[in-house]
Amino acid sequence: MEARRRVVVTGLGTVNPLAGDVDTFWKNLTSGMSGIGRITAFDTDPVPVKIAGEVTDFDPEEFIPRKEARRLDRYAQFFWVATAQALDDAGLDFTDDSEASFRAGVVVGSGIGGIISFQENLDVMRTRGHDRVSPLAITQIIPNMAGGVASIQFHLFGPNNCTVTACAASANAIGDAAEIIRRGDADVMVAGGAEAPICEFAVAGFSQARAVSTRNDEPERASRPFDAGRDGFVMSEGAATLILEERNHALARGAKIYGELVGYGMSADGYHITLPRPGGMGAAKAMEAALRNASLPPEAIDYVNAHGTSTQANDSTETAAIKLVFGEHAYEMPVSSTKSMTGHLLGGAGAIESLACLLAIRDGLIPPTINYEEPDPECDLDYVPNEARESEVRYAMTNSFGFGGHNVSLIFAHHA
Amino acid sequence: MERSVIEQKMVDVLVDELGLERDKIQMGSKFEEDLEVDSLGVVELLMALEDTFGVKIPDEEAEDITTVGEAVDMVQAKLGN
Repeated sequence: MEARRRVVVTGLGTVNPLAGDVDTFWKNLTSGMSGIGRITAFDTDPVPVKIAGEVTDFDPEEFIPRKEARRLDRYAQFFWVATAQALDDAGLDFTDDSEASFRAGVVVGSGIGGIISFQENLDVMRTRGHDRVSPLAITQIIPNMAGGVASIQFHLFGPNNCTVTACAASANAIGDAAEIIRRGDADVMVAGGAEAPICEFAVAGFSQARAVSTRNDEPERASRPFDAGRDGFVMSEGAATLILEERNHALARGAKIYGELVGYGMSADGYHITLPRPGGMGAAKAMEAALRNASLPPEAIDYVNAHGTSTQANDSTETAAIKLVFGEHAYEMPVSSTKSMTGHLLGGAGAIESLACLLAIRDGLIPPTINYEEPDPECDLDYVPNEARESEVRYAMTNSFGFGGHNVSLIFAHHA
Repeated sequence: MERSVIEQKMVDVLVDELGLERDKIQMGSKFEEDLEVDSLGVVELLMALEDTFGVKIPDEEAEDITTVGEAVDMVQAKLGN
């Protein structure tokens, strides 16, 4: 019987509130920098939430030909840029349209796709009539278009799919892309996620759901996962892309390997549209499924990059879930939330947090949970408070949970 | 409106609204073959021309237009009415 096809990561790319490239992102993430600030994208006077993690000074035409750039929503522009970086980092180029193009594909995750374009076109329709709606409105809004455009631009003619599981979307994208390689349908997959939700409509929507922090006067201190004073997540924007590659394919071309994707687990809370199931059983089932998929005991995990949104409900429930899965090991294992610095990229979160895991594995350096000041009795693990920590990481898990009760866990391994 | 003004505004619309490169646009340029304006781009162009010149261009009338110069002709005729 043919040995199981293994999946390694050979390229990374990102644009996010902390940086427009992977090296600067990692430097800022491990130095505990906050990417959160006052919203500049629109006038926040009418909404109670005035802070977010924005990608400031982003000029799409610096990276994307003007004719293409203006046809894309901001979320798809982010994904284009992150993907170009990742392919370059991996040393892969498919534009000769050889057979390899047909063995390379994309899975992209996005929570709400082109919501800015949705708002803009709705405004136009209400004020100027339906015949002023852009012919590009629909193609800008649909969450799969980032992947469609990537296939056009980078000549990726293999499997192309899109996951839309809210804040678990890009974790699903990475896991599903790995499965496509494992089952032999592709050798290289571009996998990741993108989000650009900083517009009046989306901010109002999340605000009305009472999900986001209103610590407007202290933007950099607003995202404070596991801290007793947390009051909601902080919306942010950006994208992250991983190049997944069949291991022998990567070895044969002498590719740089960041790590191996060894575990992918999913579950559904089956409980409530936004609230996590109390006690954490749903999230625990996803973590257990990922461990089973990786054939690893819980004690093997050296670091968990938590979903850690900074909402009351998530952080206490995720803590309970980690304890259900890891038992005593939960107290010995570093658990951090990089959302304390990046904010919550929603559909892009799983991908950017996978980057954090892979770079932690590469450097033996665990990024902190910043703004951790006052312990919450319900959150009693080692959250790597405020400062990065040197520690060997052989296996790292990242959790992503989405509205609707989607729970996804991924496990990355050191590649010897 | 002077024809030269219409021509100038036409080029501005193609650059600003469709993202085309100014130095590639000539009055004889064919939208589809020379400028790679696709069907979505044609709709954008018609909307932009309607806004810019304050005219109404039904789809049927637009169907016969293949070059930038022909689009200028059409706008000029409408403005003359």
